[in-house]
Amino acid sequence: MSDKKPISSVNDFVVRFANVNGSGSASANEMFARAILRHGVPVSPRNIFPSNIQGLPTWYEVRVTEEGHLGARGGVDMMVAMNPQTWDKDVAGIEPGGYLFYDSTKPMPSTKFRDDITVIGVPLTAITNSTYTDPRQRQLFKNIIYLGALSALLDMDPKLIEQLIGEQYKGKEKLLSSNVHALHLGRDWALQNLKCPLGLRVKKSDKVGDRIFIEGNSAAALGAVYGGATVCAWYPITPSSSVAEAFTAHCKKYRHDPETGKAKYAIVQGEDELASIGIVIGASWNGARAFTATSGPGISLMTEFIGLSYFAEIPAVIMNIQRAGPSTGMPTRTQQCDIIACAYASHGDTKHVLLFPEDPAEAFEFAAAAFDLAERLQTTIFLMLDLDIGMNHRLCRPLKWDDAKQYDRGKVMTAEMLEEGRDFGRYLDVDGDGIPYRTYPGTHPTKGSYFTRGTSRDRYARYSEEGSVYADNMQRLVRKFETAQDLVPRPLQANAERPTKYGVIYFGSTSPAMDEAIGLLEARGHQLDRLRIRAFPFHSSVASFLAEHDFVYVVEQNRDSQLRQLIVNENGIDPVRLVPIVHYDGTPITARYIAKAIGDHQDHLKVTPLRKAVS
Amino acid sequence: MTYIAKPKFHHPGLKKNELGYTHRDYEGKISTLCAGCGHDSITASIIEACYELSIEPHRVAKISGIGCSSKTPDYFLGNSHGFNSVHGRMPSVLTGANLANRDLIYLGVSGDGDSASIGFGQFAHSIRRGVNMTYIVENNGVYGLTKGQFSATADRGSKSKKGVTNTDNAIDLVAIALQLGATFVARSFSGDKTQLVPLIAAAIRHKGASFIDVISPCIAFNNHAGSTKSFDYVREHNDAVNRLDVLVGRDPIAVDYAPGTVQVVEQHDGSKIALRKIDADYDPHDRLGAQTFLARHAAKGQIVTGLLYVDPDAEDLHEHLNTVETPLNTLEADTLCPGSAVLDKINASLR
Repeated sequence: MSDKKPISSVNDFVVRFANVNGSGSASANEMFARAILRHGVPVSPRNIFPSNIQGLPTWYEVRVTEEGHLGARGGVDMMVAMNPQTWDKDVAGIEPGGYLFYDSTKPMPSTKFRDDITVIGVPLTAITNSTYTDPRQRQLFKNIIYLGALSALLDMDPKLIEQLIGEQYKGKEKLLSSNVHALHLGRDWALQNLKCPLGLRVKKSDKVGDRIFIEGNSAAALGAVYGGATVCAWYPITPSSSVAEAFTAHCKKYRHDPETGKAKYAIVQGEDELASIGIVIGASWNGARAFTATSGPGISLMTEFIGLSYFAEIPAVIMNIQRAGPSTGMPTRTQQCDIIACAYASHGDTKHVLLFPEDPAEAFEFAAAAFDLAERLQTTIFLMLDLDIGMNHRLCRPLKWDDAKQYDRGKVMTAEMLEEGRDFGRYLDVDGDGIPYRTYPGTHPTKGSYFTRGTSRDRYARYSEEGSVYADNMQRLVRKFETAQDLVPRPLQANAERPTKYGVIYFGSTSPAMDEAIGLLEARGHQLDRLRIRAFPFHSSVASFLAEHDFVYVVEQNRDSQLRQLIVNENGIDPVRLVPIVHYDGTPITARYIAKAIGDHQDHLKVTPLRKAVS
Repeated sequence: MTYIAKPKFHHPGLKKNELGYTHRDYEGKISTLCAGCGHDSITASIIEACYELSIEPHRVAKISGIGCSSKTPDYFLGNSHGFNSVHGRMPSVLTGANLANRDLIYLGVSGDGDSASIGFGQFAHSIRRGVNMTYIVENNGVYGLTKGQFSATADRGSKSKKGVTNTDNAIDLVAIALQLGATFVARSFSGDKTQLVPLIAAAIRHKGASFIDVISPCIAFNNHAGSTKSFDYVREHNDAVNRLDVLVGRDPIAVDYAPGTVQVVEQHDGSKIALRKIDADYDPHDRLGAQTFLARHAAKGQIVTGLLYVDPDAEDLHEHLNTVETPLNTLEADTLCPGSAVLDKINASLR
């Protein structure tokens, strides 16, 4: 019946599961992704979920990619359509020649299908109802049954799935065996009743290597544990809550005194974001490493305190797991839309350090480094993640830690130093790097105390409204920000094979899509040098990169090309030479999107000269 | 101005406390508040209480919000670190500081605007968490620093200096603190140092959330006829439930008082509070009774002062969180970082 040849592809396709949220499908879908990984084939899964707990549509997309392209691809080769609510849209979204997998228990009118796709009906409800009587079991095992059927259709090794079930239900024999049973129910039905395998197949490979599969939020939380955070204050907000929850879980495992059982950390769920950042600032002022995790609306609420951190020079680490704004925006959709809000947060002249990890491995590293930077620079450090990195499992290099590493606690004047007669001025620039010494409260009976305030003061922390004293301090803060340039992670540059006048700047979760897009662009004959920015303030190599290229594309996931604005503003360059490439519909940016946008612009630039055309 | 330092010299015969500190060692810079401000009397009482308790001045962290009251930490304990933070946010900053180092004494100074209006939420939540602190509200019912607007503790029907009548209901922070589970709740009057000094001392010795509402007339904007926070009004309507003495490392000197009117309360740290009861039926261990007592007197237009409630066996936030005895701010990589071997195992579990 199909008038389009079915897609045939090994280890390179996209499967999308359409479910109802709260139906228990998440763990079965995740198991599907993990099972493919166990075949040695990279996958890149993404949750697409509503801001809701039960009843609304949710999707889980798995990109199977032998080549290791971890960005979203766009398009769906196989739709596992388990949600009647979204049926029409789901069926319409399948690529021509693609596959539709559905529960065929109830007959569907032929108008509900398409001619150019392969339709695979499995009577999932009938199978579950004849096997299970408990409604909860029927619901949960239906998910495992479709996993079993898919394993047959996609030629997956069932042993590898059984292994995963075994790991998940270790010590819970009853659950283990009933899950394996359900898996085979689905698999056997498919083998007996359908032509297996399909054109889409999973074949064992060795492309995963030693990489790990972890969510960015969990990796960032682990970075906070390794980086020595002892105080965490937070307020629940999607998509950041799992940072604090993961920090709690990691601390329970790794941060209790083995003898006394006591906690070497304190976690407080604040009454709001104001209290959360207040607790972080109070703790940091008093010498502990402290952080909060939040998202856009939380950043808006925290801005007064962020200004205090900047001006009174108190360390703080804020993990911002960005979501689509403005206002409540799209709470469960991804964007890189708080760049300007964070870079210049709070009233008055302020500037803040931003770190842009590209994946969970960097989220771990940068999270740990953020605490060193915060204490060294005595200011707020933003770790800028987004929902795409934070809440999805991402394949990345293993996390690494050097045991010889000591924490950089920054410039702290101790009782001994005060006793030696060292001159202590809380805002005195003794080293010329703009960074003054601080003392912890309670250090010395008669020396080193000072009064911290958000009002202006002189180098010795004495209140002052003198214009020159105020300006002197503001200038020092600029010097300090210049010092930060050389302390933050540097941009990474990758040049095209042939010299080119064109460059592209990108950052954060855009990374895998950008890497893939480069290949697509090269295939179209476009050569581009790449610069991945990893922090603000911008290192001097950003200015050099801009100087070396006629046009530089700035690829980002927000409407107003915020990073481009920041580059223009901070480098004072001609904005015309920076071409914005923006994607902001809340879905992760894709290689196809980037390649088309840049490719079209490149084609446009290569207009044939008039004289040549007429001659 | 606040940068005017006091001269360091003092009378050689100045009395010293157990640690050898004189009264002067507990003072700060010269106050910049209006002459006669109630807040300066509270400052004097804080100095007195710290001197009496022989606290090492630098082991106190003074944290405040914004407003006239929040400026006062500059005027006492000059060798302590102070933090004049953000309007209404003293409680969260103090909570964080306390989590970082449980060994210091935390003195939170706030005002009625700072705690009952903009910071009402933070006031409430720091109390319900049981942060080990002494939370003093210098309550004048008015925004002094912005020249006389009503605050949320101004009584309904009271008149501003400009003659405007307040139509909003007043928030009684003492009643709220009792409801939220503060384990030491008191009210006093800035003009009554004999009552206030021991209350502050007892609050500092108390482990848990101590709250003291100190009515402190604003002589510039809220000390006129029609005000319910003026010196005259408070003196006329004050109904003290008890007077107390704090006894640290000394025998209780209860002999001065008539039997049956003195109740000795032993606090967690072994210090004793001797309560000279004025109202014979008043039981400071009965939270519900305190709430009723307060409401009954408020209905009669009386301002109840004294120690209204104390739970001598209270727990604090650190106990709730089961944190280590060592201050968190002293822990380093050797105890905080699980190390590369653990990380290898974590990596292995993620494949």
